[in-house]
Amino acid sequence: MKAQFKTLVAALALLFASAMLPAVAQYNNFQPTKEAVQEDKLLRQLKDGDRLSGRISIPDHQAASLIQPQGQSWRDFHQNKLPTIGGVVLLGMLGALVLFFLVRGRIKIDHGFSGQTITRFASLDRFAHWMTAGCFIILALSGLNVSFGRMVVLPLFGPETFAMLTGYGKLAHNYLAFPFMAGVALMFLLWVKDNIPNKMDLEWLKQGGGIFAKGKHPPAGRFNAGQKGVFWIVIAGGAVMSVSGWFLLFPYMAPDGVAGLQLFTTVHAVLSVGFIAAMLAHAYIGSVGMEGAFDAMGTGEVDINWAKEHHAVWVAEEQAKARSVPSNSVPAE
Amino acid sequence: MARVKFLCDADRCIECNACVTACKNEHEVPWGINRRRVVTINDGKPGERSVSMACMHCTDAPCAAVCPVSCFYTTADAVVLHSKDLCIGCGYCFYACPFGAPQYPKVGNFGSRGKMDKCTYCAGGPEDDFSTVEFEKYGRNRLAEGKLPLCAEMCSTKSLLAGDGDIIATIYKERVMKRGYGSGAWGWKTAYKETVAI
Repeated sequence: MKAQFKTLVAALALLFASAMLPAVAQYNNFQPTKEAVQEDKLLRQLKDGDRLSGRISIPDHQAASLIQPQGQSWRDFHQNKLPTIGGVVLLGMLGALVLFFLVRGRIKIDHGFSGQTITRFASLDRFAHWMTAGCFIILALSGLNVSFGRMVVLPLFGPETFAMLTGYGKLAHNYLAFPFMAGVALMFLLWVKDNIPNKMDLEWLKQGGGIFAKGKHPPAGRFNAGQKGVFWIVIAGGAVMSVSGWFLLFPYMAPDGVAGLQLFTTVHAVLSVGFIAAMLAHAYIGSVGMEGAFDAMGTGEVDINWAKEHHAVWVAEEQAKARSVPSNSVPAE
Repeated sequence: MARVKFLCDADRCIECNACVTACKNEHEVPWGINRRRVVTINDGKPGERSVSMACMHCTDAPCAAVCPVSCFYTTADAVVLHSKDLCIGCGYCFYACPFGAPQYPKVGNFGSRGKMDKCTYCAGGPEDDFSTVEFEKYGRNRLAEGKLPLCAEMCSTKSLLAGDGDIIATIYKERVMKRGYGSGAWGWKTAYKETVAI
């Protein structure tokens, strides 16, 4: 009995061992040194946008990224491309405006001030405009300072004062973003109905808005094609700035971690440069560049002659409306 | 003066995370901040390697290049340090750093990340050596005590090497020659624009 049991155990052991043999052989063939990962090889195999990453035991999953070569592209963008784009676009726009002023001068009201005014922007319109504009100016200055202040402003104030100013600028940038977004949304609601492109805009554009020739005034409704352009730049630009800025304010919400943030800062920076250039032109023509234009957003009351020259169709509509008011207000009996 | 560097011999790293723990303890680093971490490549597959990574104290450091307030400086030993008094917590160094070294104490609502924190190569900060304020802001200044970074000093397999770049490169080279393989000096090409030629 005992011998039989021994034989059985031996047979089972033999069976088990023979079953294991191929597996053992496999392990013997494996040469760990040959298959060792090589940093150099891994880096070369990385595709554009890929990171060298693995597994990590700390709870911060972003820390699993070992090397992200994209940091170097972002550095190149921030240090070389952005200053070039910013310099060309902003200085180019300033140069163009100065040149335009020297050649064309201040655009006068052809028929002079009449002394009679018409309401162009009610107080809510002006509130929306100036809330957005006020925020925009501070956002633009603090944004430009973060991007280029180190080159331009730092030497003037020294590191301590400059760092303190930039710190406050960053706080202002973060919090004024919200009234700015509210202002853009409010302006959209107030003015979108008068900013839908139509046939009149084509004619206005064909004549170059009449800005290059004296006494030439293509007809326009409440807003001409140029103003509609500014409106849509502000709405679309404001929207993209808001979305990209939102993720920079709440970094942990950004998709794809640091890669997402790199993308959003790039979009935010490039767009802001164009946005600021467009607003420089807008501010120029609304103040120094044209007589009578500032009143629209200043007091809200524009001279009737200015209005007739620049917004003939709108004036006619407003006057027709005013005439029809008494008949409408007759109570029905 | 020496040009100090870090070198992680991944073929020796056993992912014990003692370097991470030692760093946190030595500098009394707050919760959520890891100046050093261990990443495992090819986890569970043949050729798995673990790499201990922190700030590499780059030559021509990207963080220093992009910082809007220029709060970084390089010491005579080529250690990249920064001033937390100047730092505005904008996060730019984190975007530019290839190694994910910059850390922030807060989660970051409304962009308030707090002052950036990173590996100091156990070299403190701009404050006076051994002062309380230096320790609170930057941690222990072992370099001023004549000691090397603790992570490397106490690495049980001597995988993580710190010290003069030429000397640790020679040690690594000798190891690779003797054992016949090596997965490379991790991060060196990215950080120092050179690698250890074997």
